[in-house]
Amino acid sequence: MSDPLPPIRPDSDPLAERARIIRERNRMLALVLVGFVVLFFAITLVKVKF
Amino acid sequence: MSGAPIAPAVTHPPAPALPLPADWRDFFALTKPRVMSLVIFTGLCGLLAAPGHINPVLGFTTVLCIAVAAGGAAALNQWWEADIDALMKRTRERPIPAGRMDRTNARDFGVALSAAAVLVMGLAVGWLAAAILAVSVIYYALVYTVWLKPRTPQNIVIGGGAGAFPPMIGWVAVTGQITLMPVLLFLIIFCWTPPHFWALALFVQTDYAKAGIPMLPVVAGAAATRRQILLYSLVLAPLTLLPWWIGGTGALYGWVAAGLSGLFVALAFRVGLRQAGPDDAMKPEKQLFAYSVLYLFALFAALVADHLMLAR
Repeated sequence: MSDPLPPIRPDSDPLAERARIIRERNRMLALVLVGFVVLFFAITLVKVKF
Repeated sequence: MSGAPIAPAVTHPPAPALPLPADWRDFFALTKPRVMSLVIFTGLCGLLAAPGHINPVLGFTTVLCIAVAAGGAAALNQWWEADIDALMKRTRERPIPAGRMDRTNARDFGVALSAAAVLVMGLAVGWLAAAILAVSVIYYALVYTVWLKPRTPQNIVIGGGAGAFPPMIGWVAVTGQITLMPVLLFLIIFCWTPPHFWALALFVQTDYAKAGIPMLPVVAGAAATRRQILLYSLVLAPLTLLPWWIGGTGALYGWVAAGLSGLFVALAFRVGLRQAGPDDAMKPEKQLFAYSVLYLFALFAALVADHLMLAR
């Protein structure tokens, strides 16, 4: 089960809310991609040693 | 009245409401993180209990690939079962039935995760482990979700195989071969799954019935389910002792397995030999379900502890 989604304030601008969600998603995607780069780099080092 | 005509008020049509895109938490929820934790744990235990050595980076990659593939399979499961999920209280707040995510997004997400996990596992760790990982995803997403679950009350029995693969994958990642020990670990989870899920199904059966899923309590009745829970528990108990009996583990695992399994069978007897009325609180069933989760964690932890002690 994931954390509950942050409540959408009734007075919040839907467009701003949409932009916030997309911005958070992009940040998460960037983090995952950076993680992959680090992992592949580490795997390459290990494989080259073998 | 003044002579100047009053211009009619200009009313703009409301801007078309853009549906909110799925939050990253929705994608995370698609992977069923709670189920994933058990998969990660058993996979890690298979890896740690296997004879031999694996580089920590490759060990981490193995567990990560198992977790990501399990998440991908879970996303595919939710893509396929979105209609059913909408009917059940336990699942109707999931991202697709709640309307927070497009169905095809979930499918693409699941395929991408599964394919990436298998590919990375093959390239980094080994193709035998990757092949078993691919089989486990196909088994869960196709054999269990699409084929068995809506068709037979034995869905849990055969579908349980999907959850039984992780320790085998962890083991094979280290040793590079399938031997009797990883097969036994597979069989232990395979036989643990029916009493675990049927105990749950006994106290949430109304929901499954509403969704038209032929769970054993819905189709065959509670009495038959209780008998089957007891039967599988009686098969499971000696099975957990086999790794010790064949010399694959030491006495520590053997004694812990005997104690844990003894309590499991005792709880299964309580469930198997009783009849519950319509307003029953189903306490023994809830206890068996809760204990079954603890049981698997403790059993595999004992397997690793035993291996670490023998390795000294």
